[in-house]
Amino acid sequence: MNPRLYPLYATIGIFLFACLVCYIQFPFMASTRVLGNLLTDNAYLGIVAVGMTIVILSGGIDLSVGSVIAFSGVFIAVMLRDSGLPAPVIMALLLVVTTLFGAAMGGLIHALAMPPFIVTLAGMFLARGAAYMLTIDSVPIVDPFYDRLQDAYYLMPGKGRLTLIGVLMLASVAVGMIVAHRTRFGASVFALGGGVQTARLMGVRVGRTTVGIYAFSGFMAGLSGIVFSVYTGSGYPLATVGTELTAIAAVVIGGTLLTGGSGFVFGTLIGVMTMGLIQTYIVFDGSLSSWWTKIVIGGLLLLFIVLQKGLLRLTTTRLASPQAGAPV
Amino acid sequence: MSFALPPVLRRVAPQVVTLVAVCVLVTLFFPGFLDLRLSDGRLVGPVIDIVKRSAPVALLAIGMTLVIATKGIDLSVGTTMAITGAVAAWCLDSGLGVGPAVALAIATGLVCGLWNGGLVAIIGIQPIVATLILMTAGRGIAQLITEGRILTFNDAGFAWFGSGAILGVPVPAVIWVVTGVALALLMRRTALGLLVEAIGVNRRASAIAGVNATVLLIAVYVASGLCAAFAGIITTADIRGADANNAGLWLELDAILAVVIGGNSLLGGRFSIAASILGALIIQTIDTGILLAGFPSEYNLVIKAALVVIILVLQSPQFMAEVFFWRRFGRKNLAPDTVKEDAR
Repeated sequence: MNPRLYPLYATIGIFLFACLVCYIQFPFMASTRVLGNLLTDNAYLGIVAVGMTIVILSGGIDLSVGSVIAFSGVFIAVMLRDSGLPAPVIMALLLVVTTLFGAAMGGLIHALAMPPFIVTLAGMFLARGAAYMLTIDSVPIVDPFYDRLQDAYYLMPGKGRLTLIGVLMLASVAVGMIVAHRTRFGASVFALGGGVQTARLMGVRVGRTTVGIYAFSGFMAGLSGIVFSVYTGSGYPLATVGTELTAIAAVVIGGTLLTGGSGFVFGTLIGVMTMGLIQTYIVFDGSLSSWWTKIVIGGLLLLFIVLQKGLLRLTTTRLASPQAGAPV
Repeated sequence: MSFALPPVLRRVAPQVVTLVAVCVLVTLFFPGFLDLRLSDGRLVGPVIDIVKRSAPVALLAIGMTLVIATKGIDLSVGTTMAITGAVAAWCLDSGLGVGPAVALAIATGLVCGLWNGGLVAIIGIQPIVATLILMTAGRGIAQLITEGRILTFNDAGFAWFGSGAILGVPVPAVIWVVTGVALALLMRRTALGLLVEAIGVNRRASAIAGVNATVLLIAVYVASGLCAAFAGIITTADIRGADANNAGLWLELDAILAVVIGGNSLLGGRFSIAASILGALIIQTIDTGILLAGFPSEYNLVIKAALVVIILVLQSPQFMAEVFFWRRFGRKNLAPDTVKEDAR
């Protein structure tokens, strides 16, 4: 068995164990309604976490995504109110803007050889500031197209609603998996995560890949912003503060190494679901306070990182043997 | 700089120039910016206000400078502020008095630093993840202590840390100046600063050279926790209450920004505490200046972002190499291939 898959197995194992604990205590949690809500409530987080996974796989980090989500919501709401353009056009426009924004950050990171942390931190301020400049109020979205998006769902057996945005999240994960694990671009991303110098020697176009990575993350953040605006039906510049850190936590819980070069997009989905499950459990319990979510997520983070550390020691000794494979 | 400046001044010269430039800019929009008067035995004026308000970020930046010098980063300082504030408020509410409240708050900050340092130095977790754990869980812990409420207290002795004055100067300002000077002296009058820089450049090499890297790394995070505890005490005393949700929220990012504006590399190595403090003052002057100049506060973040990008570009080694390349090219008008040889 490929030792690189251990973190993914550990993630899935812990998720299944958590499901089992929930089921034993609250048998009603095993319903399609809970599942549907889990997907809908975490749709925006899942989508943005896919972009974050690609960034982290390359050894970088993108702190701007939370602000970009807020900017997207405000942009859509204000444009719908003031411009009179149809909603799909505004959405397309928004995706272009956020993708270019991400690409610009990637370009800066590559051209100036600056740490991604500080460049995307500036991007975080810029996107949040741009949202403030558009409006400082919460702007409601009133649009027939939005109503249709909000009402689009498939009724699963057991009356669970599989909403459009939930499906969109699953689709984003699928796209992310293909991009990361099945394309030349994905291979370049993994190579960059392994080390910039070695990647360059292998013939990876470092500049182009870096721009592509952050453009992808910007696109995903824009998409997530659209989903979030569908979910809340409004645009608010103070929304999703700190989402970038929740996304990073989901990626880490999903078994991706923050040093880059090793991880799975599918694990990120499980990470998002695990965090959503904890919240659902707390809602079901009713007596636990919301701050336990933070403490449990912190504890999970610690558990996974220590686990990975141990596995890494195990694999580095084992990787010396010839049968170790490339990351899947 | 062709004229002889002491090395310290030469190091902080860009930050001083930036600060002066920002001050001049604010004065142009708000002529009363530099007013200073004595009222009820204490100094008042916009400048004093800035010096007082920059206390939390300046304190965090002092600790953060050391952490970043070791090639680390401490995301948990804002949360540590919330926890220490909650502990202090809880002590006051339980009637323990000011002394124990301060002592316990400081002890809490030290424990937070010890936890981070242990994860980084002993278990070997990347600093950004190691401190992310406390950043996520810590706010939950702070809410656990305050039970989700804003714990208020009425204790003039403790409030002194936030709103008191020594010889007319606000206490928060005194605290960050004393902390900064003490840590800078400790680092620069002993070999400690050099050893910290050595770890940042190459931990393994410094360990082989005989530096006790593990202990020093932990100590650096403990120092950061201590600074965060001071900042937490000041913020809590200032509003006479502990707000677990909002105390120190995102201040870690401002602190990191201050350190970067101070010209310290996120990749570790050479550091200057004075420059970081100047960075914190620059950030606070911009914040206050935008308000004083009558701009809507919405512009604050965009101006801040633009400023950061400009400073980053100016600091980038690649950019400077390019500038020197073109300047030399223009001046000597050499053939391009000779210049390339030269630039190497």
